[in-house]
This record gives sequence, C-alpha cells and structure tokens, in this order.
Amino acid sequence: MSMQVFRTRVSFVLWSVAVLGVQPVWAEGGEPAPGRARELVHLVRQDCGSCHGLTLQGGLGPALTAEALADKPAEGLVATIVGGRPGTPMPPFLGILTEAEAVWIVRELMKGFPEDGGPSPQTSESAR
Amino acid sequence: MNSYKNRVAGLFGTGLLALLLSACATQPTAALRGTGDLGLVIERATGQVQVVETSGRSALAQVSGLGDLSHASVVFSRDSRYAFVFGRDGALTKVDLLTGRIAGRIVQAGNAIGGAISQDGRIVVAQNYEPGGIKAFDSETLEQIAEVPAIYGSAGQRSKVVGLADLPGNRFIYSLFEAGEIWLTDLSDPGNPKTQRFQAGKQPYDALVTPDGRYYIAGLFGEDGLSMLDLWQPELGVRTILPGYGRGEQPLPVYKMPHLRGWAVAAGRAYLPAIGRHEVLVVELGTWKEVERIPVKSQPVFVMARPDGRQVWVNFAFPDNGWMQVIDTFNGKVIDTFAPGRAILHMEFAPKGEEVWISARDDNKVVIYDTRTRQKKGELPAASPSGIFFTSRAFRTGF
Repeated sequence: MSMQVFRTRVSFVLWSVAVLGVQPVWAEGGEPAPGRARELVHLVRQDCGSCHGLTLQGGLGPALTAEALADKPAEGLVATIVGGRPGTPMPPFLGILTEAEAVWIVRELMKGFPEDGGPSPQTSESAR
Repeated sequence: MNSYKNRVAGLFGTGLLALLLSACATQPTAALRGTGDLGLVIERATGQVQVVETSGRSALAQVSGLGDLSHASVVFSRDSRYAFVFGRDGALTKVDLLTGRIAGRIVQAGNAIGGAISQDGRIVVAQNYEPGGIKAFDSETLEQIAEVPAIYGSAGQRSKVVGLADLPGNRFIYSLFEAGEIWLTDLSDPGNPKTQRFQAGKQPYDALVTPDGRYYIAGLFGEDGLSMLDLWQPELGVRTILPGYGRGEQPLPVYKMPHLRGWAVAAGRAYLPAIGRHEVLVVELGTWKEVERIPVKSQPVFVMARPDGRQVWVNFAFPDNGWMQVIDTFNGKVIDTFAPGRAILHMEFAPKGEEVWISARDDNKVVIYDTRTRQKKGELPAASPSGIFFTSRAFRTGF
C-alpha cells in the first residue's frame, strides 16, 4: 500500500470514528457478543477464506496467519477490511461488519484466528 | 496331460474365485457397477469427500484425509473410475470411486487452485498460485513429468495461474493473474513442453473454453471486458470482447470472484457473469456482439447451462448467496427465483439435466431439484459442502 493510500485509509478510519460514532474498541479491548463473534469467525473462515484460504494460508489474497501479519500495523489492516484495497480484489466490508468488529477481527487474526464454530444455529426458510 | 492339469487348476481357480466372490458379496464395494452416475461432493471444512450416485440419490462412501479443500476442484479419469482432487494446500489426491479409497496422493505445491486432464487422459495438470505456474503429472502414477513456471516481467516474478483448461492435442491453456497474459502449453511431448504467450487484459481471474475447444474466454477483474483467443486462429492474438460493459460505472464491491469454468454456452451464445454488477451478459459466439444483459438478483458466481442449453442457473456472491435464479434461454427471462438453503456455493447437473444438485454449505446439506418443475426431489447430509462433480465431466473438453 502506498503511503498516500494508507493515509487516506487512516483518515477514513478517523472519519468513521468521528462521524459515525464508531467506538475505537481496539483501545478498550471490546468483544462482540458471543453469537456475533461466532458469526464473524464463520464469515472470516468461510467467506474471506474463499480468497485467503480456510486455513488463512492465502490464495488469490495474501496469507492472514499470525506469522504473516506480525509486522503489519493493526490500523492499516483494519483500514483494509473497512475500506478495501482499490486496484486489488479486496472489497470494502463496512456495512457487512462494523469498524469495531473489524478491529476485533484484526486482533484475533494477529493472535491466531479461532477455529470455525459453524454458522449461526438458526435454520433457513427454504422457499420450496 | 499338460492341458488337463491346466484345466484342473483352472477349475480350482474358478472355485476359489467363486468362493471369494461369495465372501465378498456381503461387502457393498464388491458389487459390480458402472461409474456413469457417480460423483464427488467436497466437504470443504473437514477435508473429506463423499462418493455419491445420482440414480438413487445416495452417498456410497466418505473418503477422509484430503487436506485443505477450500476451493477444491475435481477432474475425472477417462474411464471415469478415478477422481483427481486438487486441494487449496497444493495436494493432488486420486480417489477410486468404486472402492471409496485413496489411490494416490502427492503434495505438489504450496497453494493450488485447480487442475485439468489431457485429451488422452494420460496427463493431469495442476494450476498453482504458489509457486505460480503449472505442473504436469502422469495420471497413472502421479509422477511429475513437466513443469512450466509462470515467470513474467524483467524481475522474473511468478504469477498466479487461473483459468486452466484442456484442449485437443494434449494442449493446455491458462491465464496469469498478475501478468495479464494467456499461455498455451503443448504437452504432446511432455518431456519438451512448448509454450506460446499472448498479451491479455488486466487481472484475468478465471476462464472457460467452449465445448468445441475453439474459443478461450478469460474474465478480467482489472478492466471492463473479457479477453478472447480463437484457438483455431491463435495467430490473430487475443481480442477484447464486451469492452466497457460496465459503461464506466463504478463496479460494486466483489465479495466472491465469479467462476467461468462451469461455462454456459447455449444455442450459440455464452452467458457470462458481469463482475461487480447484478447482470448476466449474453454474447453471440463468433461475432462477439452483445445480445442482451439480463438483470439478476445479485452478483452472479456460477452461470451454468443445463446440458440441453434451454435453462441457465445462476447462484450469487456473499451476502446474497442463499438465492438461486433460473433463466429461460429461449426468451432471456428469469423464470424462477428461490432460496434452496444457506450459502449456496455450487451446483451440478445430472448428465442429461433432469435434476440439479446444489450445495448449501451453511445448512450442511446437498439439495436436489427437478430442473423442469423446480420442485425439491431430495437432499443429502454433507458437512460444509462446496463443489459437486459428476463423472459426466470426464467426456467434456474444458472440464
């Protein structure tokens, strides 16, 4: 990421914090509710996994293992999740998840991401 | 005297064989059966595959130990007895559909995305992200017989390889994501692979070859349009088709790259997913004129023709991946929209198309629909199912 793009991202994060009132939970060590945490783990393992691999060893997108992320600043990773990376296939996830959730995901990734506990238990309504 | 002894030995042998067969008759694997109605369901999270049969809609065996199966894909031997499973972790596993056992397994790369099998069935080729390139293996022994590293640029970088397909003459065609090139490798003399390189558009992400092996079409992530190579006239080079189909509008965020391999060629037209748009693009083969664009529910992932070409079935990217739509190719209209389950990842038609098997990852099942009535005919439990592959692929170019 060029420094300029990175700066834009950081300012976007700050803007989000200021305008959207999103809590900068990385400072507080905030945790999502257990049901939501399970959904987020499933989302990362399965849907992020379609580019980054189920084991997060990488694919079309880079590896997201604790080792691979060790030297990356957390704020930049949060910005990438929230705003995507223009010019690459990485899409912005703001709207699908909140910025506070992105912060939590980055923290978990840097620790070594939890195993998938499966989708949320509710069963789907089949149209037929 | 000698022939008498042989006959006695033969009789004894026959008796022994009959005894063995009757002993085996209690084992379901010993029953004689064909393979034309068999297939594999990938259980991506647990590194397993199920061997299934479509006549009675049942699972015959579960095979474990295949590694990381996110984005796994499968090709079949030309006798349709063996499945070659390409795992994300670079593993290539040969599964015997009749015994439900692993017949061979190698780890051939650090990160792989799929594979193909040659026209004569002797060569299996893997397409790899890490290290970027292709590798060719003897389909009998899985011994490596050739390698083509996807090296490009002045600094000798390696590109991820996508969109691999087999072509007549034991040739293989594939695209280089970072390099923006299409490579055509002739493996008719595997010890001496010959590769032709073609400049293509920006960031090809997947590709298809038409059933006759004539046209190769690569979808582009980095620009509006697709790269097409006419393999009957490769000297003409790559041509951009459907240029500017996004009409300069900002594409939507893409949460799942479309797949082109389950190509949809029907009645002389190709039905293609528009990247970052809620549309299926319809283009006439040969003239490459846009016929129409069909608005659909969300961003298409797989756009697949029923084998007779009358219907095209479409599934969608996260977060709209619970939906499925059906297009009637005769009038270009969406004739059905329904939600078969949570996280619909893939579908596969029975060889003649009377039913379609659909994987619902987050409901841990495969659901089976009648394609004419779109009524559910059954379902099979499966752990996080993703790809479904039937042996009828063994006889199709580009599968």
